[in-house]
Amino acid sequence: MERNPLRRQLQIMRKSLFDQGYLDEQFVQLEELQDESNPNFVEEVVTLYYRDSARLILNIEQALERKPYNFHKLDAYMHQFKGSSSSIGAKKVKAESTLFREYCKSGNGEGCMRCFQQLKKEYTTLRKKLEAYFQVARQAGPMETACRPK
Amino acid sequence: MEAAAADILPSGSSQELHVLAVDDSYVDRKVIEKLLKISSCKVTAVESGARALQFLGLDGEKGSLGFDGLKVNLIMTDYSMPGMTGYELLKKIKRSSAFREIPVVIMSSENILTRIDSCLEEGAEEFLVKPVKLSDVRRLMKDCVMRGETEGNNAGRRVDKRKFEDDNHTSSLSSSSSSTPSPPSSPSTTAPFGGDVATSELVSSLPPHSSKRAKFHDGD
Repeated sequence: MERNPLRRQLQIMRKSLFDQGYLDEQFVQLEELQDESNPNFVEEVVTLYYRDSARLILNIEQALERKPYNFHKLDAYMHQFKGSSSSIGAKKVKAESTLFREYCKSGNGEGCMRCFQQLKKEYTTLRKKLEAYFQVARQAGPMETACRPK
Repeated sequence: MEAAAADILPSGSSQELHVLAVDDSYVDRKVIEKLLKISSCKVTAVESGARALQFLGLDGEKGSLGFDGLKVNLIMTDYSMPGMTGYELLKKIKRSSAFREIPVVIMSSENILTRIDSCLEEGAEEFLVKPVKLSDVRRLMKDCVMRGETEGNNAGRRVDKRKFEDDNHTSSLSSSSSSTPSPPSSPSTTAPFGGDVATSELVSSLPPHSSKRAKFHDGD
């Protein structure tokens, strides 16, 4: 158990993100890539993800405004979005992406719309939580959250 | 056993493996780049098959981008990319006399058997399911370098497998010879104490109680 209060807080935040299903094993993989030469790697990747995926969210939003829905296009956008979400370990977001793609495949426009609203909620919630987490991480200083097996 | 590419290369060789990574996702490029750098590789990450071909000099344009022509030891490409897919890139590479020897690994978020089959048939070294892990990359480095050290692609693999089997065989032989020889134990020779033959022999060699008692009583 960490003595340093900031690090303890960080540990608790981290555990909660996993316990509540926001993050999966892939996030740990990213943590293992972090080292002294690149101490903010995870934050950099997550920042990149949010910046990059914003474009896809917008594309999907616009596509959902055009009726009839082009399910093929929607599925293609979501495929990309799901890939990136998976790469950072965004578990809930990834699950919603999978569901969205299933609705696309079955041509269920209502389902797509509802699912997309939920996806955006999860996406936003995760961002807030991760922003808070990284803020504490930066204050706490370098800490080994995961050990890369030698 | 964990190993980085630099650890496995024969001593005296200080060359790092140069990997060309192809992925249209910015996030994935960043991650794969890091995975490879941590495994002591030189990395060139490009966003499309077209750029990959340009880099290799296969795009038909002469002296177009002035790349320093670093030898590429491995190509890792995403499957689903707009324009040229990873599969199409794979085909182009395997059909080029200059580059067909370079191992190509396909990465895909979708675990589709027909897709995997067609990639392997077209000459892909491996098909990795995304997201790619550090252990995947380390395994690749090992396989890739082992291939480079032997003559043929398949020959290298087979030799390694046989060697491993031989090692296993000899080690199992030596272990059985070094253990204490177990006495023949069969149900018909069960001793009173249920122990092995040696013990029961010891028991039966002791003088029976009855003869001793008789002697004692006589003394009274």
